[in-house]
Amino acid sequence: MSKRSVKPFIPALSLLFALAAGSLIIAATGSDPLEVWQKMLRSTFASGYGIGQVLFRATTLIFTGLAVALPFRVRLFNIGGEGQLLMGAFAAALCGIALPVGTPALVAAPALMLAAAAAGAGWALVAGWLKVRRGVNEVISTIMLNFIALALTGYLLTNHFAVPSTVHTPAITLGGWLPDFDTLFRLGWHSPANLSLFVALAVTAGAAVLLFRSRYGYGMIASGLNPEAARHAGIATDRHSLGAMAMGGAMAGLAASNLVLGYKHWFEAGLSTGAGFMGIAVALLAGANPAGIIVAALLFAWLDYGGLAVNTLVPKDIFMMVQAITILSIISFPALFKSWLKED
Amino acid sequence: MATAVKLSGITKTFGNLKANDNVSLSIEAGSIHALVGENGAGKSTLSNIIYGLLHPDSGVMEIDGKAVKFSSARQAIEAGIGMVHQHFKLAPTLSVTENIILGKEQSRFALPARRIGREIAQLAQHHGLEVDPDALVSTLSVGEQQRVEILKLLYRRARILILDEPTAVLSPPETARLFVTLRSLAAEGHTILLITHKLDEVLAVSDTVSVMRKGALAGTLPTASTGKDELARMMVGRDVLIRTANPPQASGKSVLSIDKLVYRTPDGIEKLRELTLQVRAGEIYGIAGVEGNGQSELLSLLWGTFDRDGKTGGSIAIDGRQTLGMSPAEVAALGVSMIPEDRHKSAVIAEYGIEQNLILGRHREKAFHRGIDFNRDALRKNAATMIGRYDVRCAAESNPPIASLSGGNQQKIVVAREMERPLLKLLVLAQPTRGVDIGAIEQIHRRIIDARKRGLAILLISSELEEVVALSTRIGCLYKGAIRHEFSEEEVRRGREAELGFEQEIGMHIT
Repeated sequence: MSKRSVKPFIPALSLLFALAAGSLIIAATGSDPLEVWQKMLRSTFASGYGIGQVLFRATTLIFTGLAVALPFRVRLFNIGGEGQLLMGAFAAALCGIALPVGTPALVAAPALMLAAAAAGAGWALVAGWLKVRRGVNEVISTIMLNFIALALTGYLLTNHFAVPSTVHTPAITLGGWLPDFDTLFRLGWHSPANLSLFVALAVTAGAAVLLFRSRYGYGMIASGLNPEAARHAGIATDRHSLGAMAMGGAMAGLAASNLVLGYKHWFEAGLSTGAGFMGIAVALLAGANPAGIIVAALLFAWLDYGGLAVNTLVPKDIFMMVQAITILSIISFPALFKSWLKED
Repeated sequence: MATAVKLSGITKTFGNLKANDNVSLSIEAGSIHALVGENGAGKSTLSNIIYGLLHPDSGVMEIDGKAVKFSSARQAIEAGIGMVHQHFKLAPTLSVTENIILGKEQSRFALPARRIGREIAQLAQHHGLEVDPDALVSTLSVGEQQRVEILKLLYRRARILILDEPTAVLSPPETARLFVTLRSLAAEGHTILLITHKLDEVLAVSDTVSVMRKGALAGTLPTASTGKDELARMMVGRDVLIRTANPPQASGKSVLSIDKLVYRTPDGIEKLRELTLQVRAGEIYGIAGVEGNGQSELLSLLWGTFDRDGKTGGSIAIDGRQTLGMSPAEVAALGVSMIPEDRHKSAVIAEYGIEQNLILGRHREKAFHRGIDFNRDALRKNAATMIGRYDVRCAAESNPPIASLSGGNQQKIVVAREMERPLLKLLVLAQPTRGVDIGAIEQIHRRIIDARKRGLAILLISSELEEVVALSTRIGCLYKGAIRHEFSEEEVRRGREAELGFEQEIGMHIT
């Protein structure tokens, strides 16, 4: 078999390697790898509930993945997805509480999403502005803004907005609730998957059009690839930096449509479960490519929920290692093979 | 004399491309051997084979009469071969001494730095390579960095030196100085292989010259018995006009008028001191000068890309409108085009395709638009037209990234884009033929003259005196941020007839 003909099988090979390495680790802890894999597959693909859980998690990750990918195109590394998500979710919840009962869904749902996107964008723009005007490294500022967002929402929640003796706000007005898949498609999944998935897909398609099929994207990508030449061509690179950060923040904020509008219907402590950070890995694995983000988000969501499902068989820490090895091999295998294919 | 390097039947292919086709060549020990050819003729491949970075598919190489087969540069270095690359390979944060001994530290622990420093200083003085051994490389000029590269090779006892386009980054005085050094090295028995595409330099410094064309050796000649025309013909494969016809023409009204322009950097360094000049329609105003005398700052003020934290004074008017402080897009909208000094840095997006690069800076033109996107058919048609009109060599159908084109073809793309801007009035050209080979230079020069005939005002900034003399209607000599002397139309026309003396006269005003 020639080296070239191996190429199409590289993704499969990397998964196989991950599977083998994972099996070894699981076996070392005394569990039966085969049983674990079976359970993982069954719990994610064999039931509507499992599928719904994976889709629900993937929805959040598509948003947070885009939050990293768009700024990445102008050479900005947005680590602040987590904070932007929290600000967006909190804004959506407050807005949902403030709207009068009986606001029609066609008004309420878009209004809440707008609030979430605006809050996320605003939060990200703080870092963007510091970068453009003052040269502050966006990695540092977005990390700090994460801490501030976490503390700020935490303080406001416990001291002002939480329903007494709970860690969540009151529920948002009914018009802001997005229908789940059971309602939409008459299923009996009882899963948290909801209309937001389609919002995420539409937004991803929009991002792809913006990047690759618009004059805005032409200027934006040029500013990222060669800022000096872009400036020379009269492209306002600073404006693109701000624009990309704002769009990224809006994406993270929109994750609230899944978590608040589609699932919890309120803001609560620990709402994001680190999805903002997971978005970094999703975007990097996808090479900041919108279509790739959907695939990467599904993979991470599957590993995430699959890991929960086999909790009884394998300790949580062990499965975290398996997850990390899988991602690592998917990222590194193509690179390893590249140099091997290049020889001769 | 003995033969230092002997190549017999060297062939190297990359995919379908024969980069070196049965090349046989001997280089005399103690001689300066020039290797010339257009971009992509196979010069670099051949030198990389000698330096052990590439392995030939077939053929034999002998060093000092012994057949060798290098599998790495390390073996070539051990055999006494050294190479100065076009882009220097120095560590900017280390001192000169540290850079020179890097990779060849003699003791595992403390370095006898002072002794080595003295040794290097001696070596440097002996060959006219003066440079402060304790200075940090990042503080050195380009010419000094090159001296460090050469010292590094000498310190490692290299006897065969390969220099890849060594003068591309040097000012005329620095070039002259480098040639003195090369002569002195050759006189002491070092063998020098000089890779270049500047024929004047070949004639000035080499003993023997080999010409490559399309991967094959077109011939090897003693320098004394050849001339520029013959070499150019061998390189290109046809007759080349070294000098483009430049008939006189009446110029019109003033288009660009710069009055007492001053620029001080944010650090307070005065780069432009009351620079005053006028460019009229239908004339080419050439600025001659050694790089670093304010050319970059003048360009950035004209185009609006200067650092706004710096201080400006005086005025720039284009067609009577004050433009100092405008953004690049605003300046361009007045009908101004600019070919910047550094193509890779400021004129192209390497990863973008030819079609996309052909509209960079012109992407606001409605003719290219459709909806929120570009009109892809219009882009394709535009590319096809430009590629035909400017003779760009590339696989146009697949719209390849511009980085895959040779330097000369990339520059043609930039020239095409800027010259074809609608309603163009003023063309600012900085080093329009830098890194471009002789066949393409001829074409670009003809385009520039054609543009002048159409009545454009053209400001030409070039560190190649020959280019300035060949093209300009009037010439301003730039020295330390001001026009020190201006040659009138009449003086330039007469100067063109006695070129050598005229270039020397210009040289006096710019140094």
